[in-house]
Amino acid sequence: MKMNTSKLLAFKFAALLAATSGVAEMTPEERGLKIAIESDKRDTGFGDTIVEMEMILTNRHGESINRKMKLRTLEGVGDGDKTLITFDEPRDVKGTAFLSYTHKVDADDQWLYLPALKRVKRIASSNKSGPFVGSEFAYEDMTSQEVEKYTYKYIGDVELDGMNCFQVERYPVDPKSGYTRQVGWIDKEHYRVIKIDFYDRKNSLLKTLTFNGYEQYLDKYWRADTAKMVNHQTGKSTELLWNNYKFNNGYTNRDFDQRSLQNAR
Amino acid sequence: MNKGIIAISFLTTLSLEAAEWSGYATAETRVFESSPFSDEQKRGVSAAVILEPEFYADWQEGDRAFEFTPYFRYDTHDDERNIIDLRELSYLVVNGDWEVRFGVSKVFWGVAESQHLVDTINQTDLVANPDGEDKLGQQMIQVVRVTDVGDFSLFLLPGFRERTFPGSEGRLRSSRWVDTDLPLYESSAEEGHIDGAIRWFNIIGDFDVGLHYFRGTRRDPLLVPSLDVDGNSIFRPYYEQMDQVGLDLQYTNEGWLFKFEGIARDTSSEEYSAVVGGFEYTLYGIGGSAVDAGILLEGHFDSRGSNAFNPFNRDLFVGTRLTWNDDVDTALVAGGFVDLDNGSIFARVEFERRIGSRHKIEFEIQKLTNIASRDPFFDLRRDSYAQLSISQYW
Repeated sequence: MKMNTSKLLAFKFAALLAATSGVAEMTPEERGLKIAIESDKRDTGFGDTIVEMEMILTNRHGESINRKMKLRTLEGVGDGDKTLITFDEPRDVKGTAFLSYTHKVDADDQWLYLPALKRVKRIASSNKSGPFVGSEFAYEDMTSQEVEKYTYKYIGDVELDGMNCFQVERYPVDPKSGYTRQVGWIDKEHYRVIKIDFYDRKNSLLKTLTFNGYEQYLDKYWRADTAKMVNHQTGKSTELLWNNYKFNNGYTNRDFDQRSLQNAR
Repeated sequence: MNKGIIAISFLTTLSLEAAEWSGYATAETRVFESSPFSDEQKRGVSAAVILEPEFYADWQEGDRAFEFTPYFRYDTHDDERNIIDLRELSYLVVNGDWEVRFGVSKVFWGVAESQHLVDTINQTDLVANPDGEDKLGQQMIQVVRVTDVGDFSLFLLPGFRERTFPGSEGRLRSSRWVDTDLPLYESSAEEGHIDGAIRWFNIIGDFDVGLHYFRGTRRDPLLVPSLDVDGNSIFRPYYEQMDQVGLDLQYTNEGWLFKFEGIARDTSSEEYSAVVGGFEYTLYGIGGSAVDAGILLEGHFDSRGSNAFNPFNRDLFVGTRLTWNDDVDTALVAGGFVDLDNGSIFARVEFERRIGSRHKIEFEIQKLTNIASRDPFFDLRRDSYAQLSISQYW
């Protein structure tokens, strides 16, 4: 749940915007893009992370099951991030691993490791709008949020939970997305995403995602420690709890290849 | 920095990072549609219990790892299904672009769904399930070098594992049962022959490609008609030496997966090639639901034609994979092989879902119908069955 892109492109866009117009003359689209780029820029350079993630899936009757996994991320330079997710619970999927190469424009590359067969399978990645491991998060919500994957529109300045926020709409570029639009609240001080409303293909409010407990790492990068996705149409919800964020692990591409997918726990 | 903190952090990096037991226990039961063809075979509903605990420990952020996975199975009807095996007892060393694994382990090669043609290293535990997905542990030293042009693997396989076959009292056996106590080998070293293989694997854009060469004991034995000491008509498994080259290739584009596997084999008794190829196409979110439906189509060809010991000599596989994408991971795979020469049909359905957080229920049906008398499946024509299993994971 973070925004990043290559420094190069971010600077290019920012320079272009600065050269062509002042803030007052910017169109809502230009201003929306500028906020997205700034938010992305502030998260650029984090390098790599590993974090333990717990996923609590709750149905409309209030019954819940937990999934536990480990997320390793390598920041992409000039392209999207690489992510390796290893599952620990529920126990019947323990050892299953999911490797994803996010691309800014092209379809992402994804592989699955099935420990019982010791088999690596490359899987189709066009499943953007489908649920990620049965949760209320779609695959497109879980993969890295490249600036280029949306177009933007600034709506206005609003207050949310005592924070001054930009309200920005974004529209998925990919026609396979499950959304027509997303409305985001981004705090003005740190450019962190606080809340997102997701609208389905019929433009009805589908889900709301809220982030809580932001902490700053390496004096620069903000990470939430919980997030909650509520599906308004089904009454189901999924909560994410992040634990033990570690930066500067020294990961390289080698830690995100087929061999590592098979060996990772 | 405080010396104490340095000492503690140094110790932490050296110590065991993860060490834990996990595993599962399964109770399964099989009921057959028809009575067996022979009086020797036990009748009625059979049951089995399976236990597979796993110990895993790693150090140095996974650059050193130890795995131990014994496997136990007990069956009420077939002694040949009783087994104590070592699925894994291995130590892994990763050093930059080099990896070495030694001990007993398992390796999977290939991309196809309905037949694993290029998957050669591990012996099939055929009595575990006739689908051939279960494998025995294999003694090995595996050295991998990761390069910019792909991963190069070298396998040294000291010692051979025999295929498991149903016993005289079991179902899913040939009219003569295979007596695994009387194996024959081409090599004078018998099961002590040291086999070897090399494999190259690379990802080139949307292509995943693998090539291998294997030299050693073939995993699928020839069956030699013979008599045992009691005068029973049996088959003796005969394990030849072989040279094999193989290619596996997958092209991924949007919802399409195109798959191909081919092998060419040279043994003292035969020289042949075989291929399996086809596609899997996934339709996402059927009817606005979260259910994905995959369509599978794979063709099988073997240069030996109807003389092939392999039943998939000129067959077409059509199947579907339904994934509910729910919180209990409900999934159903159904498919059937049609023999293009004689019209024999071999079909399977597998369904699974979790119950609570620690249990899983699996249900499978295997149906053979319209089996021609010359088909390799002819002896199994009375052995259509349904199987229910419940597993507990920890």
